[in-house]
Amino acid sequence: MTAFTGKSILICGVGGQGTLLMSKTLTYGLVQAGYDVKMSEVHGMAQRGGSVSTQVRYGEKVYSPIIGRGEADVLVAFEKLEAVRYANLLKPGGAALINDYEIAPLPVASGAAEYPQNIEEQMRRAFQVRVLPASRVAKSLGNIRCTNIVLLGALVRAFALETIDWNAALTASVPPKALALNIAAFDAGYQLEG
Amino acid sequence: MSDLTRQLLTGNEAIARGAYEAGVTVCSAYPGTPSTEIFENLAQYKNALYAEWAPNEKVATEVAYGACIANARSLTAMKHVGLNVAADLVFTAAYNGVGAGFVIVTADDPSMHSSQNEQDNRRYAQFAKIPLIEPSDSQECKDFMKEAYAVSERFGTPVLFRVTTRVSHSKSLVSLGEREEQTPARYVRNIPKFVCTPAFAQKHRPELEERLKALEVYANTSPLNALEQKGGKIGVITASISYQYAKEAFPEDTSFLKLGFTWPLPMDLIRSFAASVETLYVIEELEPFMEEQIRAAGISCVGKRAIPDMFELNPEIVRRGVFGAEPEVAQLDVDLVPRPPALCPGCPHRGFFHVLSKRKDFVITGDIGCYTLGYAAPLSAMDTCACMGGGFSLGMGMAKAFETQGVTDRKIFGVVGDSTFFHSGLTGAVEIIYNKGNMIPCVLDNSITGMTGHQDNPGTGFTLNGEIAAKVAIEDVLRSFGYQNVIIVDPQDLKAMQQAVDDALASEVPAAIIARRPCLLIKRIRHDVGKCVVDREKCRGCRLCLKVACPAIHLRDGKTEIDETICAGCTVCAQACPFGAISRVGDQRKGE
Repeated sequence: MTAFTGKSILICGVGGQGTLLMSKTLTYGLVQAGYDVKMSEVHGMAQRGGSVSTQVRYGEKVYSPIIGRGEADVLVAFEKLEAVRYANLLKPGGAALINDYEIAPLPVASGAAEYPQNIEEQMRRAFQVRVLPASRVAKSLGNIRCTNIVLLGALVRAFALETIDWNAALTASVPPKALALNIAAFDAGYQLEG
Repeated sequence: MSDLTRQLLTGNEAIARGAYEAGVTVCSAYPGTPSTEIFENLAQYKNALYAEWAPNEKVATEVAYGACIANARSLTAMKHVGLNVAADLVFTAAYNGVGAGFVIVTADDPSMHSSQNEQDNRRYAQFAKIPLIEPSDSQECKDFMKEAYAVSERFGTPVLFRVTTRVSHSKSLVSLGEREEQTPARYVRNIPKFVCTPAFAQKHRPELEERLKALEVYANTSPLNALEQKGGKIGVITASISYQYAKEAFPEDTSFLKLGFTWPLPMDLIRSFAASVETLYVIEELEPFMEEQIRAAGISCVGKRAIPDMFELNPEIVRRGVFGAEPEVAQLDVDLVPRPPALCPGCPHRGFFHVLSKRKDFVITGDIGCYTLGYAAPLSAMDTCACMGGGFSLGMGMAKAFETQGVTDRKIFGVVGDSTFFHSGLTGAVEIIYNKGNMIPCVLDNSITGMTGHQDNPGTGFTLNGEIAAKVAIEDVLRSFGYQNVIIVDPQDLKAMQQAVDDALASEVPAAIIARRPCLLIKRIRHDVGKCVVDREKCRGCRLCLKVACPAIHLRDGKTEIDETICAGCTVCAQACPFGAISRVGDQRKGE
């Protein structure tokens, strides 16, 4: 096989949680750092409160914008159940950064199903799991919508991507009036223990 | 080091850029995932070219084709099923040929991420006898557009430019170029060329075959087809996104024949490549389009024997199919509750479907758009959804079937959105009035083309570029057709919505319903939003509010709770509560 020497990141969550902005900021930083980068996202029907995912791959040379089962180096889940939904794409032993946040899918909301309680325990059996209070941190900073950038900070630390100028990447991807909040969110995410 | 002249672009952004650089001046399209962003991105070049949203793909393709007859390089783009709508023109345009360059972009959707079928539109190129170009990343999306116009003009033919979801919606680095302005020839009437009478068509028919032969000669030396000779035992013929997957799945010493020009196939090139390797693979997503032709030419190859012929591929699927390599995959024992898409909190369609969902004798023929989600449980308020415009016409067919069967206890509601009404609902509305259909046509007018991400349409009063335009009033259209009782209602007011349904059913004259409230996500409108809260003392846990299918409402300890972070305060749940347990708090204006 042609060994892929770069990294593959899978970002997942629920439509509306801001996975696309995180991917945009991440890829901006990676491109500035000189990597070849590909990113794949899904639009349309799935965005309406459904399950969403973005894949980011970077390295010396990237061919495929998407990965198959067992090929992601890291999984960033904005929501716990979504971590499980995409877990088959993550390498056994790979890193899972999971936001400690639950959004009830309609079958749960309507009482037709239970939200599974064993997600962390099951994920820990297969992966290096870090459960992060990203949404709580975002809320304490003033806006739950910056959960995405808190998680970006955590990802940067996990991947040791500190040499990249993330302030510049944030400046390029968020509106000026939201910049200070997002820089604070990034720093808080970077400092998170979990 | 970083190369600042290169930008990370989606395939769709790169196609728009390629059209701009190719000196295109007239562009017309109808939105459809995954093609939509091509035209959204053309808007930035409005000083250099004209781009518009047309009412549907057939009109868009006709506009673009007309422009090329007037010697303007022109573009249209659509999702794969859009080409079904435009096909009427495309087949004849192949006979007549073009003036200036004319490119049709089809964005196919393997795995049906946002589509109703998985048709492989490469077949259209073969069927309509027009050349086919397939880029495999964003740089090629841009560069191949320019060659597409050169091919179109050199051979006098429309060109089909096919991308897939992963080409359209993946980002990769692109080096930009400059725009090359074209000097249009002066238009001169040419009756034998552009008037498709049988006599002229019969003359064009053999010319079409000659053109295909010339195109095959071109294919063998086209810069769009590239040979990567590595001298190994294995050779791979591939195209489009499958090239990227195959590059990661096959060993380093594999030779590749990567095709960007895929119909007519460069059969001489393929034959010599096949002769240079021991085992030849054809790696392509969906149909065995190339494989069938290569086999028919007497060349043996491994294709669909190893690679699935449905759903999208990825490197792992190719690796498994060809080498039998099973990946290591973690097995988790978690009850994976599905998370299907749902109508957003505050969606105006919710009230309409909630009211109609209460009656088991209603038949609801739906259509393509956000409102298709009216099918989802617990609303479950839809009988059919098949194609644009089918919401009206399928209902008509059911009405006539019921008439012939003597069935009188079913009431039929045909449902289309505002954009869909202009796309294909107009003719269905005429059909219903003309042939005395016993059904109620309903237009769910949320003042935007919603599902594809908010594009303007003839009912919104704005153009693609955001300029003010004539606003076609749906009620005026319906009245002019002969619907004497057009009932306009706010679907968020459940009592009024119920009254509208009752009035339409009781109407002595042809009736239609327009359920009108703008989508809450439209930024240029000031929306009335707030929050709803549940008084847990008053809530009896009857779950009637859950039947409105709002993502903001859930059960906690047997009673209802509302997620304030996503509630929009539309009060549909409050109106559904028989105990007055839900009320709205706070008022704020969202938008300008």
